[in-house]
Amino acid sequence: MAKGDPGVTTRGRRAAPRTKRAATAGEPELVQLLTPEGERIESAIGPDGTEYRADFTDEEYRGLYRDLVLVRKLDAEATALQRQGELGLWASLLGQEAAQVGSGRALRTQDMAFPTYREHGVLYCRGIDPIMPLGLFRGVDQGGWDPNEFKFNMYTIVIGAQTLHATGYAMGVHMDGKTGTEDGEAVIAYFGDGATSQGDVNEAFVWASVFNAPLVFFCQNNQYAISEPLERQTRVPLYQRAGGFGFPGVRVDGNDVLASYAVTRHALDNARLGQGPSLIEAYTYRMGAHTTSDDPTRYRIASEVEAWQAKDPIARMKAFLTKQQIADESFFASVDEQARTESVHLRERVLAMPNPEPVTMFDHVYPNGSPELDEQRAQFSKYMESFEGSAH
Amino acid sequence: MATETLTLGKALNTGLRRALENDPKVVIMGEDVGKLGGVFRITDGLQKDFGDQRVIDTPLAESGIIGTAVGLAIRGFRPVCEIQFDGFVYPAYDQIVSQVAKMHYRSQGKVRIPMVIRIPYGGGIGAVEHHSESPEAYFAHTAGLKVVTCANPQDAYSMIQQAIASDDPIVFLEPKRRYWEKGQVDLDAPLDAAYPLHSARVARAGTDATVLAYGPMVRTCLDAATAAAEDGRELEVIDLRTLSPLDLTAAYESVKRTGRCVVVHEAPGNLGLGSEIAARITEECFYSLESPVLRVTGFDTPYPASRVEEEYLPDLDRVLDAVDRTFGW
Repeated sequence: MAKGDPGVTTRGRRAAPRTKRAATAGEPELVQLLTPEGERIESAIGPDGTEYRADFTDEEYRGLYRDLVLVRKLDAEATALQRQGELGLWASLLGQEAAQVGSGRALRTQDMAFPTYREHGVLYCRGIDPIMPLGLFRGVDQGGWDPNEFKFNMYTIVIGAQTLHATGYAMGVHMDGKTGTEDGEAVIAYFGDGATSQGDVNEAFVWASVFNAPLVFFCQNNQYAISEPLERQTRVPLYQRAGGFGFPGVRVDGNDVLASYAVTRHALDNARLGQGPSLIEAYTYRMGAHTTSDDPTRYRIASEVEAWQAKDPIARMKAFLTKQQIADESFFASVDEQARTESVHLRERVLAMPNPEPVTMFDHVYPNGSPELDEQRAQFSKYMESFEGSAH
Repeated sequence: MATETLTLGKALNTGLRRALENDPKVVIMGEDVGKLGGVFRITDGLQKDFGDQRVIDTPLAESGIIGTAVGLAIRGFRPVCEIQFDGFVYPAYDQIVSQVAKMHYRSQGKVRIPMVIRIPYGGGIGAVEHHSESPEAYFAHTAGLKVVTCANPQDAYSMIQQAIASDDPIVFLEPKRRYWEKGQVDLDAPLDAAYPLHSARVARAGTDATVLAYGPMVRTCLDAATAAAEDGRELEVIDLRTLSPLDLTAAYESVKRTGRCVVVHEAPGNLGLGSEIAARITEECFYSLESPVLRVTGFDTPYPASRVEEEYLPDLDRVLDAVDRTFGW
């Protein structure tokens, strides 16, 4: 996607014509720029009066659509690989494509992301080869990439732990003097609705607030923490938690890639300018299981899933592109073909991943090594060698 | 050679100051480490001289201290975290065990977390609950962490600087009851000429039995050795200094000479460091042993109320009693 600065936002302007303050009775405000039917809303007002807009070129609109389709297809391929025994586990992002593509595309090159284990879409939008996290799910490594090389931390499996890492990293950005200008650095921390109950996430809120860290807390509220519904985690809308910690919070339609982009870009730019942290609650839905080990039919009803199906992030984007004649059938077909090609390529490379040599389990325990481990490794190697040539 | 007489606490303070001077990436963070200088004054004066971006008073949450320090380390800083007391480290346990210890492994060596976690530990100061514990086994059991402890001002001064300079994540245990004990410290000796960080050292040579100790118990065992010498028995006291990895080279050599070994620590005996050490010495020195390796430790109770801690903690008499038992086998 070509990078201009389409996420123009204006703080404090009152609602203009065709601007939507998206409050329905009893529901908290939801920033939305594209309805489930594919209707474009020119701008939306956040709870603190911020006006959000997202004005993209046709090329950029098509790029966002392409991203959404690609990450869904690659995700489906990974799920299939797990079902065929080629991955040990997969945490699907199905349904959350818009939140991930919108926020991922809102990041600038210099920004740093701290994912959970489900941010395959953000990873893709960072320009990273989608094969990178699959070693973890296949069980041939546990990550193994350099966060600073990709500006994308390794996946963190312990719920919420990475929000503190993101906060510390953001404090470091500030200490390095890399905030306060338009080309400053910002940090984004991903987590889910379940994580908001964790002490670490609440501590991260405190730290980020008192140190004015250049950080965006991006919570994908996908309504479930494995089987537990949101009501088991909170009695207030999650974005309102921010107020108690002293920074702004906003709820965005997480199935709307345009709004997710606009809200995230605004929050990141505030952070890089030195205006401190903020919380984005991307209101979305996990269409699939928590992971391939889960069975969601045990804890939620089909009608709920169907209701969210009608808010699908890709369908609404396709409807918008079609209605506005930004894209035609040949474009959609070409995107599908690209997705198919990339997923086949991904599959081939997963199947080609070799198992690590057992002795490598001793590698990288310590930067400076350990004589005790050296001895264990030597004993283990000798033991393994004792089988060589035998028919064990 | 400029030697000065310093308390162990002041030696740590001076070592931390040197580390801040030598590397602009070193930051100290913890509760009350700024204006107050820490509840034990180990960081006294450092914020005044290095500013509040280098010596950071944090919110009161231990997991937050360690978790944000992980992020700072990924950013390229070298955080030195102070946990105020041993019994308050547990809220940070997940971050230490699941993140600090595993980041280098998880990244196949691409991420280093050059963090030092300073923890005043052990009893003997008449404190209330949670202020006198010895949690070293929890950390020594965790692959990816290194654990060291100092027993005298010279080691305090050099070991804290070595730990900060190391790229390994290190739990640095400070024997709080010894903070006020004085000793000679060579302030000018270059760091790379200091005794290696992960090496044990003979604290007192002897011929009749080997006593292994670390941290606060080294002084106790040296006193026991003095008393034993008056009775004509020469104890060799080895200060282990490094608890993970263990360095038992000197211990093996010693036990092969003396045939007797007593391990002493404040922490409870059950699955404590003494258990591992006894097992290794038995494997390595089996044919030299005249008696089983004995342990003198805290009891398998929670740390008791302070009015009975003198009876809980290993002391000179309990060490000598164990030495006697190795001779009566």
